[in-house]
Amino acid sequence: MAMTASTRKSTHRNPIEILLETLVRLAGYSAVVFVALIFVFLMREALPTFNEVTPWGLFNRRWYPIENYYGILPLLTGSLVITLSAALIAIPFGLMTAVYIAEIAPRWLRELLKPLVEVLGGIPSVVLGFLGILVLAPLVREILRVPTGLTAFTGAVLLAGMAIPTIVSIAEDALDTVPKSYRDAALALGATRWQTIWRVTLPAARSGVLTATMLGIGRAIGETMTVMMVTGNAPQMPAGLSALFMPLRTMTATIAAEMGEVANGSVHYHVLFSIGLALFLISLTVNLTASAVLFRARRRTERLLS
Amino acid sequence: MHILRRSVHFTALTIMVITLCACSAIPHQPSGGIPVEKDTLTNKGSDTIVNLALAWAEAYYVVRPDVIISVTGGGSGTGIAAMINNTVDIANASRRMKDKEIANAEENGITPVEFVIASDGIAIIVNPKNPVDKLTLQQVSDIFSGNINNWTEVGGEDRPIVRLSREVNSGTHVYFLEAVVRMGDKKDDTLFSTSTLLLPSSEGITTEIAQNRNAIGYDGLGYVTDAVKTIALAPDETSPYVSPTVETVMDSSYPVSRELYMYTPGEPHGATKDYLDWIFGPDAQAIVKNLGFVPLE
Repeated sequence: MAMTASTRKSTHRNPIEILLETLVRLAGYSAVVFVALIFVFLMREALPTFNEVTPWGLFNRRWYPIENYYGILPLLTGSLVITLSAALIAIPFGLMTAVYIAEIAPRWLRELLKPLVEVLGGIPSVVLGFLGILVLAPLVREILRVPTGLTAFTGAVLLAGMAIPTIVSIAEDALDTVPKSYRDAALALGATRWQTIWRVTLPAARSGVLTATMLGIGRAIGETMTVMMVTGNAPQMPAGLSALFMPLRTMTATIAAEMGEVANGSVHYHVLFSIGLALFLISLTVNLTASAVLFRARRRTERLLS
Repeated sequence: MHILRRSVHFTALTIMVITLCACSAIPHQPSGGIPVEKDTLTNKGSDTIVNLALAWAEAYYVVRPDVIISVTGGGSGTGIAAMINNTVDIANASRRMKDKEIANAEENGITPVEFVIASDGIAIIVNPKNPVDKLTLQQVSDIFSGNINNWTEVGGEDRPIVRLSREVNSGTHVYFLEAVVRMGDKKDDTLFSTSTLLLPSSEGITTEIAQNRNAIGYDGLGYVTDAVKTIALAPDETSPYVSPTVETVMDSSYPVSRELYMYTPGEPHGATKDYLDWIFGPDAQAIVKNLGFVPLE
């Protein structure tokens, strides 16, 4: 039945249309295929690790691969500290900027600010890294009176700087699509401008705002060049809040700095792929959590509206 | 910065190669009128050696325009890994190959052949405003292993010590670990303190030391600039302290120097052999000294 239906349909359809439809469908599937292939490749290269290094060796506090110390804890926690701090700086700042551009700024300023923020997003990370070494690191050292300016905090500030344009741009688009009638209704009911923004516009644009945040964090967690240049890359375990002002080493910087050196198929090579796999799983979790939160929120609105 | 520097070299190299190609486009017409075939040598590895290798490649082009040599950096480990995977003709290394690496190479059917091409002193460097100007090897070892954490312990100001090192793929890092942190004791398993900053390039180390009075680092003599101060070293407290210079490294009075190596996969022949022979000659060794490295004799 299905066969005949589809053949009947295709008989009176333009062959070019069929071709295009197939191409579009292939393009759609290709993303899934690529992710699956990357995952399979990472697994293949990473799995031997678990034969070669004991779990105790892997979840250890010492990373010094040339002497067979493969403890990835300092790298995991280093990435975590730097990404979280970057998110803590970037999310409020980015959302406030987006709200200002979308809701408060006069039209002419808005037309000026939006493209400027997007230009900021286009600055290559290596350039930011240079600025970090030459300008930000000395400032951090002198103002905060820490032994060196190459710290997790310096990296977090620069990463936040890279995540902010992404957050602003996407969140602003989302706020922009909130119908004017929402705001009018809120204002007509006597809400102040702040109440309108906080209680009506932002919640209405929730899904876009969350996407913006996630993409911003995604940019921060995967960034390599800048963190490698400014965080000092010392593989030490962060202990307490002071860790923010110490040099730390991230997973991405470790892969970037060491992958060039390893012999194919060595233990070190497999461990580096395990770190890549861990990064992949972390960003997958972040994305899945975001989708789940969004999905549940949408279900709730549907229930409320019905 | 590391990658950036490499790309600068790469650009220089590309320009060189393009120039060479442009020249080669004009067919050589020796006696018989048959165009001469060009040999291409790939040369990769140590970032310490990369400037020297580039200078050699440029000078060699004057002598033998029919041989094109492409030079890239990336670290000793990178060059050796490339030789193990048989993707370079000559690997540059600022350290000896490890037994494990030799075994890996032999598994791939490659017998590495070692050549010492020059020597290099390792200078301990600090900020010029740091009053400390001499240390014993034991003190340097204690500083980098984390036993000494304040400059007052070695006669300096009351400041925390910030340790800077190259990344682990650097031959200089490995040499420094063995010869200084472990003071040449093979059974010693002391490591760098985990708080040691691992910077991806020599320039990163120089920049930080030039700005930061707390910092101490090490670098090949050929990379030391006026923005930093070198420390005079003594093997122990009773011996004289010696500053690193080409002369003190040559007469072995400076205690921390190492040989620089080139490795070929198997005995060199043809263009590779001619090039290596030239490297051991007086013209190439004169270039060594000009670049702040230490010539063989």
